[in-house]
Amino acid sequence: MAAIELSGVVKRFGQITAVDGLDLEVPEGICLGLLGPNGAGKSTTMRLLTGQAIADEGELRVLGYELPAESKPARAEMGVVPQLDNLDVDVTVEDNLAIFARLYRVPDVGAAVDRALDLARLRDRRRDAVDKLSGGMRRRLLLARGLVHEPRLVLLDEPTVGLDPQIRTELWTLIGELKARGTTILMSTHYIEEAERLSDEVAVMHQGKIISRGHPAHLIAEHAGTHTAEVYAPPQRLTELRASIEAAGLRVRPAGPAIAIVGSEAAADGVVPTDAVVRAATLEDVFVLLTGEEAE
Amino acid sequence: MTRQRATRRLEPAAIAGVMSREVANFRTYWRGTTFSSVLEPLVYLLAFGLGLGATLVANVEGVPYIQFVGTGMVATAVIFSSALPSMFGTFVKHRFQNTYEAILAAPVDVEELVSAEMLWIAARSAVYGCVPLIVTFFWGLDPAPGMLLVPLFCFITALGFSGFGVAMAATVAKIDQFNYVTALFVTPLFLVAGTFFPISGLPQGIQVAANLNPLHQLVELVRGGAFGFEPWDLARFAFLLAFALVTWRVAIHRMRARLID
Repeated sequence: MAAIELSGVVKRFGQITAVDGLDLEVPEGICLGLLGPNGAGKSTTMRLLTGQAIADEGELRVLGYELPAESKPARAEMGVVPQLDNLDVDVTVEDNLAIFARLYRVPDVGAAVDRALDLARLRDRRRDAVDKLSGGMRRRLLLARGLVHEPRLVLLDEPTVGLDPQIRTELWTLIGELKARGTTILMSTHYIEEAERLSDEVAVMHQGKIISRGHPAHLIAEHAGTHTAEVYAPPQRLTELRASIEAAGLRVRPAGPAIAIVGSEAAADGVVPTDAVVRAATLEDVFVLLTGEEAE
Repeated sequence: MTRQRATRRLEPAAIAGVMSREVANFRTYWRGTTFSSVLEPLVYLLAFGLGLGATLVANVEGVPYIQFVGTGMVATAVIFSSALPSMFGTFVKHRFQNTYEAILAAPVDVEELVSAEMLWIAARSAVYGCVPLIVTFFWGLDPAPGMLLVPLFCFITALGFSGFGVAMAATVAKIDQFNYVTALFVTPLFLVAGTFFPISGLPQGIQVAANLNPLHQLVELVRGGAFGFEPWDLARFAFLLAFALVTWRVAIHRMRARLID
């Protein structure tokens, strides 16, 4: 049984179709990274899975429960780590955890709180108010709150958005530990590195649909070949180069102040400029090629 | 194969969980809330009860004016400690703190969330509502067995006003629109409740409108508890129950529309 099965799911907001015929299956025990640019429909998908949005069309099944009719028992067995910090800032760390242990009907609230404190490495700050914690501690607490009832499935909605690199790395360590325990994870993100490091599989979402899915290495091999050549030059020369390289049948994408020639290993002699910097192809190349959006 | 599990509506564990969050937060700000909830009606009580009582009005309907106002101020304490906190509290938790998004990701439905919020506000108001009555003891109001029902009357009325507040919070687009709600509903209800003067002296049309004011029914019930009930007080109580029931359902409907896309 798959942990998540979505079939033909459509969600509209007025004239805007946020999720457009989404088919998605997440097997138990894997971490699936839902990678897409802002507005791709990732957060709406997360809200559909927690019953906070109702699909206009399609079928949704989570942990064997049909949504939205059986959303409540499904939510009892899943944990959610939101994109935005919505901790109770005046309340102590342990009370924040205890409140959610009660909401999830955990029988032994004290033991669940201790377990979550250990996970978040906040045992010595348990009696501090949340607004006394650093940004990294708050994110760890937010993650621990979503895990206080030891859920079978965890939804991570942009878990490190807006965080500095050090805090992001801390969070990645915790998510890695969660993966090692065999918890099923669906993680939406628009950070390439995050998806690449943490996901067993990546599904690229664009305009409300999954447009490609697979192991990061397989996606790279399938869509971007083995090497990418980056050319740095003034804008006028880049425009001319791009036209001539595309005319030679190669794919070119913008890369900040440069252009990136994807699959440069297949180029005929003389097509790739000699001053190009050749590197291994990455998931970012795949992402930009598929979505047309600059990666973060 | 899809598993089936029966889930009941209004699970006590869900409601208790939401209320435990309110209690945990209340422990951090109870001093300020209690101070304003107690002081505000007391200021009115002393200003009107002592000020007017000493200069213009000695007795109303055979009752010393300060006792007349003191029993009426129970209703003022109730509306100030229920409608306003539920309006602002609900709006802030929804729009600024994203609290409801976190709660609804747990096995809690909108109906349970709204019910818990209303119950908590009503429980607080039942306590704050009794303060003016207790203070009036110091101005000669004799304790009476009927007063034991005052917390219940306050609780039911506060349920209704907290439901009203939640519904308003789920309706307005911006927080400053609460000024319209206060000016159009809260202030008129508070002034035409029979707290400071008997509504029998008002024009006939306004008397009819005042009888539809839940605060007026509360004022009459509190005075019934203090000075003796009348047979139609049962109808007043039924009116308050109906008010609470209607605002509860409206609040759930409005919040569901606001929280579930």
